[in-house]
Amino acid sequence: MSEEKNDNLREELIRYYDGAERVAKIVDEEVPYPDGKLIVSRTDVKGFITHVNQAFVDMSGYTREELIGANHNILRHPDMPAIAFKGLWDTVEKGEKWQGFVKNLRKDGTYYWVKATVIPNIRNGQLLGYTSVRRKPSRSKIRESEALYATLM
Amino acid sequence: MPLNLTVSPDFAPDHISGWFYFNTYLQRKLGIPIHLELYDSFAKQREDIRNGKVDLIYANPYDASMLVREMGFKALTRPMQKTDETVIAVSAQSSVNSVEELQPGAILATTDDPDVHTMGMIMLEPADLDESNIQLKTLKNYVLVAKSLLKGEADVGFFLKQGYDELSTLIRSEMKVLVSSQIGVIHHVLLAGPAFAQYQEALTSALLTMSEDPKGRSVLQNMGLVGWEEMSEEDSEFMIDLIDTLID
Repeated sequence: MSEEKNDNLREELIRYYDGAERVAKIVDEEVPYPDGKLIVSRTDVKGFITHVNQAFVDMSGYTREELIGANHNILRHPDMPAIAFKGLWDTVEKGEKWQGFVKNLRKDGTYYWVKATVIPNIRNGQLLGYTSVRRKPSRSKIRESEALYATLM
Repeated sequence: MPLNLTVSPDFAPDHISGWFYFNTYLQRKLGIPIHLELYDSFAKQREDIRNGKVDLIYANPYDASMLVREMGFKALTRPMQKTDETVIAVSAQSSVNSVEELQPGAILATTDDPDVHTMGMIMLEPADLDESNIQLKTLKNYVLVAKSLLKGEADVGFFLKQGYDELSTLIRSEMKVLVSSQIGVIHHVLLAGPAFAQYQEALTSALLTMSEDPKGRSVLQNMGLVGWEEMSEEDSEFMIDLIDTLID
């Protein structure tokens, strides 16, 4: 990843595991998770978004139209190690539930932390996609995750 | 032998008669005998469900997974404009003003209402609280949860939002809400079991037109509902997937 610092705002090149890349605007400012809400999305089997709830739209900073059809990695923050997402995909592709703490990137470059759970959607024995539900994490879990992820970069 | 109808035990006591009227209404519309069995415990109701003693149920969303995926029930309708939300409250005298200020060892007053308890526990996670570091007091209903807070016998309580809103103004004035969920997609659901299969179409039709018929409207009012909305198989699967993500 290349990095260009400009006070609070910087640009970083994010490389995804499938070879795609994009330059993202990064602002080191946290947006608090909204109390009492769940952020919900669904994707197809390849990770392209098929459904988002209003809390997802509000927290991501994108419009619903921008989100539907986009790859879920649109939320990936460069501080998240690739191995965390490999663990997620390895788990859900086996048909199991994955849970972890994730730093998500908003469209405006700021970030928000979530406790995320992803489960496969099985219908009549067929895998149709995945449902992801995020909830508010504790500060202690965020601190633990920050320390852990820094060692995995 | 009549088919058996039951209702999630978290119904408000004021609406008991409404469920009896509903049963009479359904028997007239469908022309078949239906027996209504009410329970005051989720555990006993689940035991009877597993023993095949239930054919039609107005189910708590938490139980929908077992009913649909293990027992072959099918979601027919959901109550219109009625989602299940959870309120976490403390006594108005409490020094605690946010969930994050609650401390390990806190005494939690809750009920056996599974979706409210599950959502409540999720909303305690930001304080690093779980069942290993709090003291649980499981009470019969939300009035007792409120009384427990007011008497200082519990530090924090979980309520179904509707249950909280239906408490008297006086009781509510003695409490403060720390957080109220805004999930919007978790709700009760009317599910029909395999023995009800041949009546499903007629039943769905009767339910969807219930609010257009004066007798039906009166029954709905007594149940605390405004009407029914059709629920597709995918709608119920989506809700079940969502609830599965909330259960560790």
